[in-house]
This record gives sequence, C-alpha cells and structure tokens, in this order.
Amino acid sequence: MVWYILRRVLQVIPVFLGATLLIYFMVFALPGDPIAALGGDRGLNPAVADAIRSRYHLDEPFIVQYFYYLQGIFTGNLGTTFSGQPVSEILARTLPVTFRLAIIAIVIEAVAGILIGLIAGLRKNGAFDTVSLLFSLVLISMPIFVLAFLAQFVFAIQLGWARTTVSGEAPFSELILPAFVLAFFVVANVIRLTRTSVIENLDADFVRTATAKGLSRPRIIRVHVLRNSLIPVVTLIGTDFGLLIVGATVTEGIFNVPGVGNTLFKAILLSEAPTVVSFVTVFVIVYLISNLLVDILYAFLDPRIRYGK
Amino acid sequence: MESNQSSPSPLSETHFVASLDETPLQATDSVAEDSKPSNLYIDAWRDARRRPLFWISGVFIVLVIVVSVFPGLFTQIDPRLCDLGLSNNGASAAHILGTTKQGCDVYARIIFGTSTSLTVGIVATVINTSIGVIFGALGGFFGRWVDAILSRIGDIFFAIPYFLAAVVIMSVFVQYRNVFVIALAIGAFSWPGTARILRGQVLSVKNADYVTSATALGVGRLTILWRHVLPNSIAPVIVVTTIGLAGAIVAEATLSFLGVGLPPSVMSWGNDISTAQRDLRNNPMTLVWPSIALTSTVLAFVVMGEVIRDALDPKARARR
Repeated sequence: MVWYILRRVLQVIPVFLGATLLIYFMVFALPGDPIAALGGDRGLNPAVADAIRSRYHLDEPFIVQYFYYLQGIFTGNLGTTFSGQPVSEILARTLPVTFRLAIIAIVIEAVAGILIGLIAGLRKNGAFDTVSLLFSLVLISMPIFVLAFLAQFVFAIQLGWARTTVSGEAPFSELILPAFVLAFFVVANVIRLTRTSVIENLDADFVRTATAKGLSRPRIIRVHVLRNSLIPVVTLIGTDFGLLIVGATVTEGIFNVPGVGNTLFKAILLSEAPTVVSFVTVFVIVYLISNLLVDILYAFLDPRIRYGK
Repeated sequence: MESNQSSPSPLSETHFVASLDETPLQATDSVAEDSKPSNLYIDAWRDARRRPLFWISGVFIVLVIVVSVFPGLFTQIDPRLCDLGLSNNGASAAHILGTTKQGCDVYARIIFGTSTSLTVGIVATVINTSIGVIFGALGGFFGRWVDAILSRIGDIFFAIPYFLAAVVIMSVFVQYRNVFVIALAIGAFSWPGTARILRGQVLSVKNADYVTSATALGVGRLTILWRHVLPNSIAPVIVVTTIGLAGAIVAEATLSFLGVGLPPSVMSWGNDISTAQRDLRNNPMTLVWPSIALTSTVLAFVVMGEVIRDALDPKARARR
C-alpha cells in the first residue's frame, strides 16, 4: 500500500510540471509587450523599461521565468490581481466558501445519485428507470448556466423560496439553491454509473450465493449489491471534480456566491488574463491533488488495484 | 437461460442427458448458414433502426444541419434588423417567439445562431478525434517508449480540465476570438479522453489471431495497424466523438456566456443567453428559447451517442 501511494505520488510530479509549463507557455505566447504598453503613447524610458523587466525577470529566458513562476507557486506567491490584492490573500478568504458549497453539493449529488441509480437498477426497464434515464440525459445536455438561470427564475423569482443572490457571509441556508444546481449538474453520471454497476452486481456470483444462503433481499441489496456498486461511484465523484470546478465558476458567478469560482468568473468578465491564469493554476493543482486522493482511496476500497501490477 | 427454452423437445422425458436447450450449442446450430454475412456495424445498424430514440434524435440532428446550412429557409426576418420600438415584446404573429430588449426577433436569432454551435462542435470534434486517434493508436500499438511518451503527454493535457484551458486560451488571445480559435481551444485539450479509450481498445485487439497471422504473412506494421487493428478498435471512439460534439457545443455556449467566447457581433446561442440574463425578471422567455434550442440540440447528440453505444456493444444489447 505504501509503495502504491509512493508510486502514485511520484507519477503526479511530471504531470504537475508539464501542466504548469503548458499553462505558463500559453501566457508566454501572449502577443504584445505589457511593459512597453505601460508607457502609453510617449513610450517608456529604456532604462525604466529595463528596470521593470529585470524586476519581473522578463529579461531572462523562458525556462528561467518558468522556474521563478514555480518558485512562486511553492512559496504561496501567486501574483496580484489588477486591483493589487495578492491572489493568495483572496484564496484564503474565498476558498472556505467554495469548500462549503462543494461539500453540500457533493452530499446532495451522492445521496440523490446513488438512491436514484439504485432504484433504477433494481427495477431495470421499469417506469422509474425510464424516467430517471430521460431525466439524466436532459441534465447531461443542459449547460450549467441554463440550469442555474432556470433554478434562479423558478425558485427565487417565481416561488420566492430562496434569495436570487447569496449575501456576503454565505450562510448555509442561502447556499442550498446554488448547491442543488451544482449537484444536479454532475449527478447524471452518478445515477447512470450506479444503475449500471447495480445491474452488473445483481447478476454476480456472490449475489447468487447470498440468495442461495437464504439471506433476506434487503440485506443482499445493502451489503452485497450496494457496497460493491459504490466503488466505481466513489471514483467518479472524485474525477468529476473537474466538472465541479467549471460548475462552481458559473454557479458562483450567477448566484454571486463569494467563493473562488466567483473571483475567477469576475476576472474572466473583466478580461484580467493574468488573474485568470493564476486561478486556473490553483484549480489545476486542486484537481491533480483530488485525483491523487481518489486513486489512493480507490486502492483502499478495492484490493485488486493495490495488489495489481 | 429461461428465455432459450422456447421449443421443448417432445422426447425430453425419455432423455436423461441435458437437453440441448441448456447448452449454447442450440444457439450455434440455429445460425442459418445461408443468411447474409454480418459484421459489427451491420448488426449495430439493425439494432439501432428498431429504436424510436434513434429516429427521433437522428431526424433532429438532420434538421439542425439543414437549419445551419440554409437558415434562410426557416425565417424571412433579418436577425440583425432590430427595432427598438419592439423592445421586449411578447410573442406575436410577426415575431412568433417575441423580441429581445434590442427589439431583435428571437426566433430568427436562434435560426441564424445554429450554424455557429454546429461549426464549433464539428471542428472541435475533428481536432479532438484526429489527435486522439493518432496518439491512442500509435501508443497502444507500438507500446514501449512510444507509448510511454505519448501517454505522459496525454496525462499532462488531461490534468487541465479542457474548459479551464479554453478559458485561458480565449482570455489570452483576445484579438483572435472566432469560431475556429474557440474550436481549437476546446479540441486541443479534450483529446486525451479519446486517446485513452482507443489505446485500451488497441491493446486488447493487437494480440488477436488475425493480427498474428497478418504479421506471419509479412504485412508491414503500419499496414496492420491501419487495415486490421484500427477498424476493430474504433467503435468506442465513434461513441465518444458523438458525445464529445455535444460537449463542445456546451463549452462554446458557456465560454460565450462568460464573455470569453465569440464576440457579441457573432450570432450564437451562448451570446443570446448571456444578453438575455439581464432581463431575467422582465422577459424570461428571451432566455428560455435559446436555452431550449441549445439543450435540445445537445440532447439529440447525447442520445444519438447513447444509441450508438448500445448498438455497438453486443453485451449491452443482451442486457436490454
């Protein structure tokens, strides 16, 4: 197990370096000279321009600049936004809010997805199964902003059950509507995967053995079918994290949740490319770490992974 | 195997060996030798054409293609001819889906926005599939260091969710925002999924007997890959491609909605929804109609992908 974790961690390192290099290269390819632009029409004194360039290491070759950027990532220096706030400070303020939103969303996603998927799988091709299939296909096809506006219009404007936007402290009660939107954006895959693996496990030999032993149906479903069906679902919820990040960006923007996604959303709207890049870097790091954790969790849950080659 | 006991033999009581029904032999015997030869794709077509969902989504996709190629056939109204006097009017005989805040016809804008979505979807999918097939096929077939290098490159691109990558690219290349750049931004980061699936398929196919016999006959490696391995491992890619096309349409709309997609001058469903959101309270229908167009187009491609997936997978056919 220790070796498995170690190998998995070691595998992440080149991917991390490659991914950050790729992002950095995209910014490096940015056309135009931001330093020359600082001087406006009159142009900048060459000595001043050189001073600024060397201060931001812009006179160094590409790869050296990349290492300065890496150094910044590891020392928590992610640059500043256009209004002069350090990105790390904004992260410290906004991450807890996004974390809370994501936790509520994942709980809703897991409970709703597994429950619907289980019932659909147990009654394969029944009315519930057909309806849940159509429901999940429509959810897959609905872009997150359409889903968010629909929820905002129906539940906040028409029915008045929730506020259209979230207030500064983002209390739990106000986060429920955005969390539902976020959960329903990603729930479809959980429903379908649970359904498929429940159907597969119902046909498995150990379930037949359990039935032959005379175990009650609820116990077979709970202990033998559901528990084994959950293993791939856990992985899916983890790997869907990328989708959750995208969803959080748009949902937080639309509901004005004061989280990281909203900061990225606003930076995109104001076309502050450097801030966008900083936040995307943070998201990619979070995404890599979450995938790593899911893989390790998967190995805990399924011995075949850990003892496999 | 209850379903196979269709014709119990009249002699079954006098025979004490297992009847043929309980063994797969009957299935083998019942194959008519003079029937037409079949393959995976003919079987899939036979299966798909019996399903209503195939025809519903298929007809819708054809409709979307016709609308995007000949938008003029579906509306006489110029979507760029906006009359502020008609601002936020509801549905009427002249404007069947009403007008936007600027007084533009909602229906005409949806019709003329169709080609934008479809073009982005198709171009992004072509880019995604081309890179994915090359990386997946070469990596899986040649193995060793070729596979190691190609797989690691794939891992790096896979580590950046393609939507975020597209956001970065579109934020950086502000001057170059058009249909092809946005398709490139989406396609260039979504291919590792395709490559991984194809690689897995190639790995399971490349040791098949027909590949060994082709090698024994002295057929070149690349010819084997092209003639024998690829045709037998490409099926799942078709499914991923169809669903990926839907994903690219969603990504374009979301990017346009965020303001890093296409410029407002380009007619696109994402842009229309983005503009309409400011009037969500007064005139929600200007947001609802393009959303319906977007969602149903995406739904058609997703359903088509699902139908193809079921049709191409004999195990899934048996499960139904």
